[in-house]
Amino acid sequence: MTNVLARTGVIRPDPKDPSPLRIDEVLVRKMLVLFIRDETAKARLRRAVVGVSGGVDSAVTAALASEALGAKNVLGLFTPYRNSSEESRAHAHEVSRKFGFTLEEVPITEQVDAYFKDRKNVDKVRVGNKMARERKSIEYDRSWPDGIVLGTSNKTELLLGYGTQFGDMASGINPVGDLYKTQLRELAISIGIPDAIVRKPPTAELWVGQTDEDELGFTYADADLVLYHLVDRRLRPADLIDHGFDAQLVARIRELVRRNHYKRVMPLIAKLSLRTVGHDFLYPRDWEAD
Amino acid sequence: MSVRIAIAQCAPALGALKRNLDMHREWIGRAKASGAQLVVFPELSLTGYYLKDLAADVACAADDPQLTPIAEASRDIDISAGFVERSADAKLHIAQGHWSRGKLVNVHRKVYLPTYGIFDDGRYFGPGDRFDTYSWAGGTTGVAICEDLWHVSTPYLYAAAGATIVLCPSASPGRGVAEGGDLGTAESCRLMDRFYASYLTVYVVYVNRVGHEDGIAFWGGSEIVAPDGTVVARAPEFDEALVLGEIDTELVARERARNPLLRDEREDIVLRNIAGRLGLPFERRD
Repeated sequence: MTNVLARTGVIRPDPKDPSPLRIDEVLVRKMLVLFIRDETAKARLRRAVVGVSGGVDSAVTAALASEALGAKNVLGLFTPYRNSSEESRAHAHEVSRKFGFTLEEVPITEQVDAYFKDRKNVDKVRVGNKMARERKSIEYDRSWPDGIVLGTSNKTELLLGYGTQFGDMASGINPVGDLYKTQLRELAISIGIPDAIVRKPPTAELWVGQTDEDELGFTYADADLVLYHLVDRRLRPADLIDHGFDAQLVARIRELVRRNHYKRVMPLIAKLSLRTVGHDFLYPRDWEAD
Repeated sequence: MSVRIAIAQCAPALGALKRNLDMHREWIGRAKASGAQLVVFPELSLTGYYLKDLAADVACAADDPQLTPIAEASRDIDISAGFVERSADAKLHIAQGHWSRGKLVNVHRKVYLPTYGIFDDGRYFGPGDRFDTYSWAGGTTGVAICEDLWHVSTPYLYAAAGATIVLCPSASPGRGVAEGGDLGTAESCRLMDRFYASYLTVYVVYVNRVGHEDGIAFWGGSEIVAPDGTVVARAPEFDEALVLGEIDTELVARERARNPLLRDEREDIVLRNIAGRLGLPFERRD
């Protein structure tokens, strides 16, 4: 009966109460399947391409796409770099087997290494960004001529800006972008993503030993609750601190949201004429032919 | 007397008037075949909802020849459908027309244009300025387009003016997926429909659309709620459906005999209160 209490009680910001993040997985699954089906059709496309990393976000995306479009219309791409783990490969294949979509392996080691071969002082972030954009360019290539590239960035990553612009953050449509990481895990369990994939520490695997939570310096569980109250409930950072949230954590998350906002919007266009794309030439993307 | 109403819970194409006209003709045919006397389409059913700058491209006068197919189709069945109306002074309105026996008999222009959150109506449209009732075979009726219904005064004014039916064509986006309940928007709408129907003793005919526009899902769930609070008919969520429901024109009288809230309503007090607050002259007549 906890769900009933969660629905009828007052929602208070409480660092020890994650219950406001709970979702109705059956309803969410239905809405996302319809979203993929409808928006793919509106783009006049019929297939979906998903970068399947072995992690939970892309597993959920590929599973939902298989339900929406039929598994035969979903292409999963596992794009390993030389430091990618065997576990990731095994998990990618496991998801493909379970949900029936085709998984192809397209290694990216050669082209990434060739590009950086004679360049000096290259830090790991640059290599990581290059890998993310290499992968996305392959997904877009393989989407031609009738496929749509599905995004796998969740709401936590989008809000924190924890992703590579025009890399993993790029897509035609993104079914999971309004689900926090903890909500996405909940959905993953209910649609049958294997436990080992749901429970392992999230990683972008851009360098050996990288995990999201180490790099960010906080856990998804903590970040999601802070983001939920700041974004969904429109509370101010000071309100959260008053209710016992860690002041440094709240300040850091708020700053990441602000600093990385540029990644979430289209590039700025210099306004010159009487009517300008993005400013006052405002048509819906689902603009249909008559 | 019983009047059959058909709800066309459809998914209009965005900005494609000709395609939507064909779609309407098809649904009108099905409604007619099922014996309905009125078929009600959702808000902006002939154009789609999130039009942005497309609003000006698809707008037409209420008597524009482009709408003639709807008028023609209304010879044997009344039709309530939504379009972008360009007024004589070139304002754009979200409008709902009622066609009967080949003629347009009523146009309601959406008064309350939500311009917040995911809504931007006020950027692209001008507001209507009246809530007028009209009559057809089903009885005296008022139209509340989507946000109009969320304002308590709208159904109140209609009921006070004698309406026994409130038609609410909507384009309601589904949101709120918290555990332990229905879709948040669905809960709010059902609460409204049932509350207005029971406490104003009117029929509420809530007509929502389905499908997606730019990532936003319209959730459907159209329904007819009777003045005794019973749900006469309800459409599924998210799927297209033609839903039929009977309006019992005598039920309003029976309910009002039992529950004479409207008879006892003190409009003079309401008016005096508001007039006083706004500093308007109000003369008592007793």
